[in-house]
Amino acid sequence: MDFDLILRVFPYFLQAAVVTIELSVYSTAFGLICGALGTYARLSRHKLLRAVGTAYVSVIRGTPALIQLFILYFGGPQIGIQLDAFEAGVIGLGVNIGAYMTETMRGAIVAVDKGQTEAARTLGLSRSQAMRKVVLPQAARLMIRPLGVNINAQIKGTALVAAISVVELTYTAQRYIGSTYKPFEMFLLAGALYMVIIYVVGLGITFLDGKVALR
Amino acid sequence: MGLDFAVVPEYLDRLLLGSAWTIGITLAAAALSFFGGILFAVIALYAPAVIRWPFKTFAWLFMGTPLLLQLFLIYFGLIQIGIDLPAVVAGIIGLGLHFAVYNSDIIQAGIRAVDKGQYEAGRTLGLSQAQTIRKIIVPQAVRAVVPPIGNNMIALLKDSALVSVIGVTELTLSSQLAISKTFRPFEFYLAAAACYYVINLALEAGLHRIERRIQVAR
Repeated sequence: MDFDLILRVFPYFLQAAVVTIELSVYSTAFGLICGALGTYARLSRHKLLRAVGTAYVSVIRGTPALIQLFILYFGGPQIGIQLDAFEAGVIGLGVNIGAYMTETMRGAIVAVDKGQTEAARTLGLSRSQAMRKVVLPQAARLMIRPLGVNINAQIKGTALVAAISVVELTYTAQRYIGSTYKPFEMFLLAGALYMVIIYVVGLGITFLDGKVALR
Repeated sequence: MGLDFAVVPEYLDRLLLGSAWTIGITLAAAALSFFGGILFAVIALYAPAVIRWPFKTFAWLFMGTPLLLQLFLIYFGLIQIGIDLPAVVAGIIGLGLHFAVYNSDIIQAGIRAVDKGQYEAGRTLGLSQAQTIRKIIVPQAVRAVVPPIGNNMIALLKDSALVSVIGVTELTLSSQLAISKTFRPFEFYLAAAACYYVINLALEAGLHRIERRIQVAR
């Protein structure tokens, strides 16, 4: 174990970790938006909208995230979408995790007892009011933990953008493995930083979950 | 530059060959991750502390880091310690180990859910501890956790695209090679996505059949 080397490259890894955090935050935020839209479509009463939602989830979950990223980044210019690698990473990863979040959110909404909607409707609330004021607040509680699992996966998923040369943690580790021939040290260093990020996010999720728990 | 899908058929044989590699790698890694998962689960639950704790640390490290990083570690790490494996073998080992750790987590839960009386009955009938675990506990535990393990296999198929990064000529890298000749990334990545989607549907159907058969057997 070459500790000298680890100390020497540490600052570069720290910079890269900041990029990984930025990617995680932006792509998760974008993913939540995609997930909310996807859920809206999948639960919609319009057949066409529902079909669009189903297709989105099925296609995105049925193909590798890496290929989706490549289509966007390398194929995008052919259809007039010009993005730099970081932007493509945020949008590509966001659209990808959004499909998984769609299933999480939809699952939570469906898990709320049907009687709640029926009771709300009986009391004279409209369909959208019943959803907004009765079902969603309850579903939100059920969503937090599984969404935390999605976010955890997303943080590790940001490593994919190394393949389109975004200088984040995995790309940095790969570059230093190439130049130092110390794969184990570089793996531990990058791995430790990923673990710290995931740990902190995990604490945040647990805190949020505790905040909204029923007392 | 507009789109022109007419260039795709010319490279269809390569995409199909790449698909065959993707399927082969997925199946090999799935088998490794399944049996590795069982082994890891048994270690985590039954092995003495000297073996259990290093293993648990390894599992914790593998669950908290990206697969791509692990592939780099395995591919370049093995070379560093003098084992020069072909990239495809390193890829299968990397994918297999990564998902073995995830499967192990699921199988552990399955083992814990097997009634304690089963273990006691096995021992009472004169089976050794190892025999009881192998012949009585594990078969019951694994049957119960087939659906979540199946989900991991589907995730494995999609993550097999990552081994293209260490130079394995499967579906993703095959399409990249076609792109380097034709400069048509959109068409070929879309074609690759279609291939993945079809393989994914086939895999889902296969897993569904296995699930049904096990449900009948129970």
